[in-house]
Amino acid sequence: MSEPAIDLRHVTKRFLTPSGGVYTALRDLNMQVAPGEFNAVVGPTGCGKSTTLALISGLEPPSEGQVSVAGRPVTGIVQSTGYVFQTDAVFPWKTVLENVAAGPRYRGVSGREARQQARDWIARVGLTGFEDRYPHQLSGGMRKRVALAQSLITEPRILLMDEPFSALDVQTRTLMENELLALWSLTSSSVVFVTHDLEEAIALADRVTVITAGPGTVKGTYEVDLPRPRNVAEIRFEPRFVHIYQEIWSDLREEVLVSYERQKHSAGAA
Amino acid sequence: MSVRSIRPARPEMAAMAKPLPAVAAESTQASARARSIRRRRLNVYALRVLVAVLWIGSWELLTHLKLVDPFFFGQPSGILQKLQTWTTEGTALGPLWEQVAVTMEETVIGFAVGAVLGVAVGVLLGRNRLLAEVFSPYIKAANSIPRVVLGALFAISLGLDLKSKVATAAILVFFVVFFNAFQGVREVDRNLIANARILGADNRRLTTEIIIPSALTWIIASLHISFGLALVGAVVGELFGATAGVGELIYSAEHNFDANGVFAGMLLLAAMALIAEALITALENRLISWRPNPVGTDVKV
Repeated sequence: MSEPAIDLRHVTKRFLTPSGGVYTALRDLNMQVAPGEFNAVVGPTGCGKSTTLALISGLEPPSEGQVSVAGRPVTGIVQSTGYVFQTDAVFPWKTVLENVAAGPRYRGVSGREARQQARDWIARVGLTGFEDRYPHQLSGGMRKRVALAQSLITEPRILLMDEPFSALDVQTRTLMENELLALWSLTSSSVVFVTHDLEEAIALADRVTVITAGPGTVKGTYEVDLPRPRNVAEIRFEPRFVHIYQEIWSDLREEVLVSYERQKHSAGAA
Repeated sequence: MSVRSIRPARPEMAAMAKPLPAVAAESTQASARARSIRRRRLNVYALRVLVAVLWIGSWELLTHLKLVDPFFFGQPSGILQKLQTWTTEGTALGPLWEQVAVTMEETVIGFAVGAVLGVAVGVLLGRNRLLAEVFSPYIKAANSIPRVVLGALFAISLGLDLKSKVATAAILVFFVVFFNAFQGVREVDRNLIANARILGADNRRLTTEIIIPSALTWIIASLHISFGLALVGAVVGELFGATAGVGELIYSAEHNFDANGVFAGMLLLAAMALIAEALITALENRLISWRPNPVGTDVKV
């Protein structure tokens, strides 16, 4: 394998809890993502999936170990990163156009040029005619399109996505997944897509990484050798898809059960 | 890949399409509804007028029949007469508009100084954890003293002209705006900050484009309250010693045992506050037009 686009080596991340204790989110995690690869990270709730993204983007430093992007150790915000958040992170006081143009403007592109690029990207995500709307005037699916355009306009080499479609209804979600694949196929960026939905992970990714119940570490990685282009709505009926699903699920199930038991216990103790 | 999967139909947009032409029955129903809403609104206005008539009428009647002493409680007709005399013949301190202008000037300048300082210090401490921790006990202590008494101090140190009233008004406004700006900055969605940083925003951009717009809802809410406080500060400042202004007008009326004069002054202040409130609401709707529900549409008390 050539030099990985993203390289996490023996990464541990601890947080101080408000009560003064120490919470270990990730322990000795090793993970590599090849250039141009779509990597889906699945794991039970609270296993540190989102923390992994925060480390790769440079929003949080690791407690131990090293995070590298394109061969360089991460010490602060990585400029070539795009990040799509789980909750709405588009700016509610900016119009669609201003939201999408924010990235280029922050990176020093002139206002006129930034708006030009933004119009282009708004068209690509199918929101032409909505440039002057505020986010609250859009549906959840349309706000996700704005978030996608806002991230992709900076042409990131690494796209980090934190359960981006989990709040959408099933139909809108399938449409958005297909659009994401179509947009991604035009770029050469590496994607780390965090989800708790194994079907979504297999349908989208080249490779699936299973994380253990917290403290998170890699339980296993699985190649998804389904052909592209894919249609997310139909691919789940392919025999090969079902086979891969069964293989990964047998590993993931144990972790989900561990996490479930723990939640039951902590709920019982509280 | 099929064209469909690249540009699929969007149900969430279809939902926003125009509704089908309404059928006749529906449109009659709608106009009946509109009529009932109009009728209700007229009723409310009529009842409001009735309340005013009853209140002022009974006041006038009771004082007229000497059941209530107009010397102590004033009399609506007397108040009106007083206002008329003030407008036509001027007050003991000079023309009425000059008194109003003096108080308005003190209020507006004090309000502006207090609000700007409040936002600036609020954002600064909200963004800087160390500064916030160092200054928080002092700010709490300063907030717990009744600050209007500082007006007396300002009258001594800054003299009897504009400066002492501006200072009194500003210090009242400052704390309210400061606490709101501080809280507003603290409550900015972490995700929005993370998103802006990933998109490449530097610290200055983060403050001007994310923190302040986000805190603006809080800040503007505090401006509503604090304009009233600025007026209180200006008037109290005038009571502590002044040569002009509505507060001074009230003060001299009090010394002449002129209850109608005191009420007339109060009426002037109320009118000034209401006009300012309307201006601030207009400003608010302009500044935070991105919010789902503009203010001023529902009942506020």
